[in-house]
Parts: sequence; C-alpha cells; structure tokens
Amino acid sequence: MAALRKLEFDGLIVGGGGAGLRAALELAQSGLKTAVISKVFPTRSHTVSAQGGITCAIASEDPDDDWRWHMYDTVKGSDYIGDQDAIEYMCSEGPQAVFELEHMGLPFSRTESGRIYQRPFGGQSKDYGKGGQAARTCAAADRTGHALLHTLYQANVKSGATFLNEWFAVDLVKNQDGAVAGVIAIEIETGDVVYVASRATVLATGGAGRIYASTTNALMNTGDGVGMALRAGFPVQDIEMWQFHPTGIAGAGVLVTEGCRGEGGYLINKDGERFMERYAPTAKDLAGRDVVARSMIIELIEGRGCGEAGDHVLLKLDHLGETVLNSRLPGILELSRTFAHVDPVRQPIPVVPTCHYMMGGIPTQVRGQALTQDEAGRDQAIEGLYAAGEAACVSVHGANRLGGNSLLDLIVFGRAAGLHIEQAVRQGISAREASESDLEAASARLARWNASTSGESVAALKRELQNCMQTSFGVFRTEKHMRRGIESLKGLRERIGNAHLPDKSNAFNTARLEALELDNLLEVAYATAVAAEARRESRGAHAREDHQQRDDENWLCHSLYFPDDERVAKRAVNFEPATVPVFEPMERRY
Amino acid sequence: MQVSVYRYDPDVDEAPQMRDMSIDLPEGKELMVLDLLERLKEQDPSLSYRRSCREGVCGSDGINMNGLNGLACITPVSQVAKRGKLALRPLPGLPVIRDLVVDMSQFFDQFEKVRPYLINDQPPPAQERLQSPEERAELDGLYECILCGCCSTACPSFWWNPDKFVGPAGLLQAYRFLADSRDTASAERLRDLEDPFSVFRCRGIMNCVNVCPKGLNPTRAIGKIRGLLVRQGT
Amino acid sequence: MTQVTSLARSGLADFLIQRLSAVVLALYTLCLLSFFLVNDGLDHRQLVEFFGSASMRAFSVLAVLSTAAHGWVGLWTVGTDYIRPHYFGARAVVLRMAYQVGCALLLFIYVWWGIRLFWMLPG
Repeated sequence: MAALRKLEFDGLIVGGGGAGLRAALELAQSGLKTAVISKVFPTRSHTVSAQGGITCAIASEDPDDDWRWHMYDTVKGSDYIGDQDAIEYMCSEGPQAVFELEHMGLPFSRTESGRIYQRPFGGQSKDYGKGGQAARTCAAADRTGHALLHTLYQANVKSGATFLNEWFAVDLVKNQDGAVAGVIAIEIETGDVVYVASRATVLATGGAGRIYASTTNALMNTGDGVGMALRAGFPVQDIEMWQFHPTGIAGAGVLVTEGCRGEGGYLINKDGERFMERYAPTAKDLAGRDVVARSMIIELIEGRGCGEAGDHVLLKLDHLGETVLNSRLPGILELSRTFAHVDPVRQPIPVVPTCHYMMGGIPTQVRGQALTQDEAGRDQAIEGLYAAGEAACVSVHGANRLGGNSLLDLIVFGRAAGLHIEQAVRQGISAREASESDLEAASARLARWNASTSGESVAALKRELQNCMQTSFGVFRTEKHMRRGIESLKGLRERIGNAHLPDKSNAFNTARLEALELDNLLEVAYATAVAAEARRESRGAHAREDHQQRDDENWLCHSLYFPDDERVAKRAVNFEPATVPVFEPMERRY
Repeated sequence: MQVSVYRYDPDVDEAPQMRDMSIDLPEGKELMVLDLLERLKEQDPSLSYRRSCREGVCGSDGINMNGLNGLACITPVSQVAKRGKLALRPLPGLPVIRDLVVDMSQFFDQFEKVRPYLINDQPPPAQERLQSPEERAELDGLYECILCGCCSTACPSFWWNPDKFVGPAGLLQAYRFLADSRDTASAERLRDLEDPFSVFRCRGIMNCVNVCPKGLNPTRAIGKIRGLLVRQGT
Repeated sequence: MTQVTSLARSGLADFLIQRLSAVVLALYTLCLLSFFLVNDGLDHRQLVEFFGSASMRAFSVLAVLSTAAHGWVGLWTVGTDYIRPHYFGARAVVLRMAYQVGCALLLFIYVWWGIRLFWMLPG
C-alpha cells in the first residue's frame, strides 16, 4: 500500500453539525489544534432542518420554571431508560449553554420584555406533571436549527478551527491496543485518501434516518459514525429505538414541526374529529411523539384516514390566523406550499408518521467518551474515541425523545466532549501510534469498492434495504416480520459485499460516497433489526404487537448490540442523579 | 423528456460538454429537479452534484436550470422546463470541479470577509442579552440566508470581481450584523466596506433578488449598507 | 490592482462624487435646455453674453469638472470590471494601466480645453 498523506491534530471532530461544531468551538477556543471533517460544508448539516426549537428551562415564559421539571419530563418521555445522571446534567447545564448561543448571536424570537421566546412542545409539564402544560422550547421562529447551526459556524469562523470541508471519513483507525488513533478520510474534491491522526476523535455524524424508505432526514443521514464504530467492533446502545415523528408531510416525508401543535394546531381524521382527545385526554396533541404517532397509525388502520387511499390524517392550523402563522411558522407555510400544495392559512396539511430520529447510538459517558463493556459486563471507556449528538447515546432520550431536546443534547454534550478532551490533552494523553496494518484495515472497504468489477447497483440495494426496514421495523413491530426482516438484511449484507461501483474516478466522485454510505446504512439497519427483535416488550418508540406491555422486570435497561458476534447484551440504566431525588419508573400517561 | 446536462470530469475531459439524457416522467406526479437528477444518476452513477436536505434549507443543490439559478430540490420540473426541454448547468461564474459541482471557495472567502459573527465588546450578562421584538424583527429577511450561492453567481459584478466585490450573499450577512441591536462593531464593519469594491460594485440590477430561493432581498440590504456608509462618512 | 488608482481611494467618496456630479450635470443640462427653449433664433452675441456671464462661466467650469469626475469614476469601474487577468492573462495589468492613462489623458484634455473655452471667453 502506498504511503498515505498524514495530517495530525490534538482533537478531530467528524461531523460539522450542531454537536460537532459545538465541540470544535470548545477545543479551538482552548487553543488546541482542532480539525473538523465534514462531508458537506458545515451549514449544510442536518441540524439546519431542525425547526421548532431548543427545550430548556431558562424561565422566560414562566419565571418559576425549573430545570428539574424539564428533567422529570425527559425521564418520563424516555420511558425510564434515559440515564438520570446524563439527563440531570443536560437539563441543569442547558440554560448556560443556551445563553452562550444567544451571546454568540443566535437570533432567537423575543418576548415583549426582550427575553428569548419559548413555545409549548409535546411532553412538557410544570411541577413534575402536576401543573399543566409548560412552554419551554426556545425558538427562532420555526428555523431554530438553521439559526443555531449558522451561529455555531460563525463562531467557529471567529475561533479559527481547521475545517476539512467536503471530506468523507471512511473508517476509524484502531490500533493494536484497541485505541482509536484517527480516521481514514477521502478529500472529496480530489479523491485523495488521507490518514487524519488525532489524540481524540469525536464522532458527531448525526443520525441514520435513511435506513427507512420514508424519513424526514436529509439524503446524507446515513449513520456514518455509527457504521464506523460498528465496523471497528464497538457496540451500539438502544439502537432499536427509532422515533417516528407524527407530522411528516404525506408523500414527501418533509418535517412539519411539533411547534405547529405547540402554537395551537391539532390533528383531525377524515370525520374532522380531533382524535388525540381520545388517546391522550390531558395532553391531547402534545402527548409524547411515540404516543401521537401510534394513535395516528391506529386511526389509519381503523379506516379513519383522509384522502382517497385513507393513508394520512390532517394537521389543522388555519384557526391560528395568518398573522400568527406568518410570524411564528413562516418556514412551515413555505414547505407546505412547496411539498403538499396546500396553504396552511386556509387548508390543513396532510401528515403521516415519518422516521425522524435515532435515540440509540454509540454509548458514551456524560463527558462524551465512548464506552464498551469488558467481559464481566462492566463499562469500559474506549481510548481516543468520543461521540456526541444524535450519533451518540449518552443516553438522554432513552426510548423516546421529547421535541426540542435534540438541539439541547447537541450543544450540551458537544460542549462537554470538548471540555473533557481539552482536559485530557492538557493532562498529556500521548498520540496513539497506528501501524501500517491498522491503516490498511481501515482502508479495506474503500479498497473493496475500488476493486469491484461487477455486481448489483448501489441505488437498487439501498432501496431494497429501506423498504425492508420500513416494512419490518416501523411504528408497530412483530416477531414474525422482524425475523423475516433480519433474514432479508443478512441476504443484503452478502449482496452489498459484492456490489459494484462502476465509477472509479477521483474528482468529486459522489457514486463512491453513496457506496460507502450504503455500508453504513447496512450496519445501522442490521443492528436495529437484531436489537429490536431482542427487546421483547413495548417501551417508548419500540411498540411490539406481540409484547404490548412494558416489562420493567426484564427490560428496564439499555440494550447493547455487539457487532462481532451479533449479540445483544444489557446495560444498567443510571438511576443516580447527583443533586435531585431519583425519578422512579411509573406508568406513562399523557 | 430531454434533459441536457453539463458534464465535466477533469481527469478525462479536456473541455466540458452538454450531454443529452432522456428520461420518462411519471404521470400525474410532480417531480422536483432534484428528483430528476436522482433518476438520472441511477441511469448514470457518474453524474455528480451536491444535495442533502431535499427541502430547500441546507443550500447544497444550487444549480442553473434553463438559465435560471435556483435550488433543484424545491424547483418543480414543470416550472423550469420549456417545451419538454431542460438544460442543467453548474452555477455560473465559479470554477467547475466536476459536472454540476462548483468550487465555492471564493464565495465563502467573501462571506468570511464581512466578519459574519456577532461582535460585542461588553462582557455578556448572566442570562441572554435583551432585544425587543421590534429590534429582532430587523433581522427578518437577513438571517434566513442558506449560503446556497444562487444570488452571488447570478451577479455580473461578482463574476467580474469575485475576489473584491463581497457579493449579495456576503453583503446580506454583513447587514444582518449591522442591523443586530446586540452588535457593537458597526463603525469598524462599515470602515471595512468603504473601499470601491466591497459594496459599491453593486449596480442594483437585482438579479440576486430575482433568483433567491428563500425570497430574500440582498439589494435592499446593500442599499441600507450604503445608507449607513453615507451617514457615517458625511 | 488596488484603490490607488481610484479617484478618492474610497468607494464611498467615489459613490458620492458620482452622484453629486450627476446632479450638477443634470442641473446644467436643465439650465441649457431652458435657455435654448426660451430663446428662439439665437445669434452669436446672445450666446457669448449668456456663457460669458460670471455665474455661467463658473457653472460651465463646474460642469466640465463634473463630467471629468463622473467619467473617471465610471471608466475606472468599467476598466476594473473587464480588463482582468481572467480574460487577458498576465497582460491585464499593463493593458489596464494603458487604458487608465488613456482615459486620464482624454479627460484631462477635456478639462483643459473646457476651461480654456468657457473661462477664457471674451467678456
């Protein structure tokens, strides 16, 4: 193998979305030699699509608001498998992190008193569920993700981190001691393959919604970081937990924010009935996302869907009036007109539950370092590897994420990872050596694709994988379908291993990237399938028709999928918050 | 349908060429130009273009469609095709890397030149800085920019002087910070824009307004900057 | 290519000069137009009388100077737009200098000639 070009950094962040940029900012400001690898220009990252806001108890709408109430909601929303120490950290550190964003210039919407505007979102309550609906989601109209991502990028421009934009990370470089020593990456413009070495590597690569046929996720959300971790033999946690967002535009899959319902919109079936009143009498349309999505599917199954095929329900907004819609939900008006051909000022929007978010991911400590288990089942930190954001499972979302908590997750844990790496580098972690054979191992699949001479096409295989996941691992899951799905995926693994990359050119070869992404999709899909089949209960987003009850006796725990032997192990949930009494599992009602 | 696509692979082609591809459109279903590109890429995987969010917010897929810049993902084929024909080219004025992919370094250099970040020399308060809804409303129509480059690459002044004229996108950003009640660096920002090129190469032909996929108005922002410069300088 | 060759080294000043000179030229044009419209069948004596008045001399010289300033800013802009290495390669700098010297010379002649013409009119 020819000698690779090598770049060296103190901290390397893979992914230029909210979590990656927040981590990069922390590291670059501390003066460490920091690089961000991003397969797209950072402001193109999927964080840009987040609409509704960032949930955090900054006590603007309600001066008595308390981060502990937010913590309670999040624990309950997670169906009790969110780690309470991590949730405590996120909710208590949150206000500081949000104020930092504001100081960086994020153009939040404002209240009359000049403070940050907050809107109600699903699953929010005051006084530990006893004080009614809270309004805790800080918003910049319905473009909060866009505003946040651009603000973070702007801050990074100021701080001077190195950006390797339009570089694609192929695989982690893992040395003989099992430590991560950087990544192999492709500079997309030239096709050059480079070894980017680093003392600490942060995977902030976002989600993998593209494993499903119908998703709100961007075309590039292919789980690259999770795929890399799995191929390196590291486990993933709670990967069976996939959130289906209640309101994706029917047919197009484009997201319509929960903020619509927060501002007073509601769902109706073909009879014009506000059906959520039946399923969640108190919270109604602002129940947890898993609850609303399931209710919608039941409406469809029972024949109360709208349209000729009865395949969607309607989101009604017109009663809010044009002024409110224009000032609070301008982006939604735009998207609805473009993709649903309806004007929400007059007509309701056709919506359907659509894959939206990966609650699972690379298990990490609160400070971001990635974890695996030793032979005795004890947590063991992985040297040199960190993860943050949707790619990570710290775990604050457990079995179901609350709206607005993902952006908070990004900035709180992106920052935490940065702080921790800074500390570790200052204490003198040495650069980890990688041998020629380590580098070769990390370049193996690239070499495989480059050497392919015949086989099936990437596009066709991807479509088959997505349809398989959609059919067998959707909102409702059963043993029989999942078994069949796993068999299909095994077949797909074989076929993808023999698939063909016809275009071997160097300059901006997107066909090669799509092939490499397909490997990642497969890893995530397969892990999802095996973990979903293993968890024999219904909890949060994981709803099984053959095991409809939550089973706290056996499954009040994380699942941990190990790729090498395709084994699902259990890992204890943290019930030891440092400063508040533990929230004991209760029945989850909205 | 006949689609004529700009093709160029620097390793193989001496010069770029327009290559015709034909494709059957499904009846009764509206396709966006990006959907069309995805189908063409299945026919010929070597076709390269940028894309990501496919809903008009990430700004990846700015291209030139039958002569007009726009985002492929939110432009219906029926809106740009003329008599069943569609020509797809990269954004004009920037170096082409391959096919529909342009090198946007000059565009981003100009973006960075305006110091596109909030500058405030006061120590931050414990909470957020206060801003009235009216002050915040000044940022509407400015902060929504997605940096797709459609405007600047439709601007002749940017074509002629991409290294010196900041261009509509960069100037929209410049004004976004000038207009922010929390920013304290207006005087310095204006001083940096005073030269004959950065702002004053704008000739007000409003191509930028015409093509902006987010419906923003860089020309108005440029006018406001000029107004501020005149007020500061006289 | 820097601002060195622009008239005032400042885009703002150029901008103001261009607009101010445009106003002067517009007013001058109006003034001439109304003079010619009001007075039918002018003879040489009337013309000399009109252009020879002190105020009209000053105005004419101002108009000539405005033409030069306005022209310089505009021509300089056109030169920096079109005479660029992108089209002309390494020769661009030399070509542009030649163009600018040419423009400057031309405008100087106009000014010199204009001042002679208007200022030195027989009183």
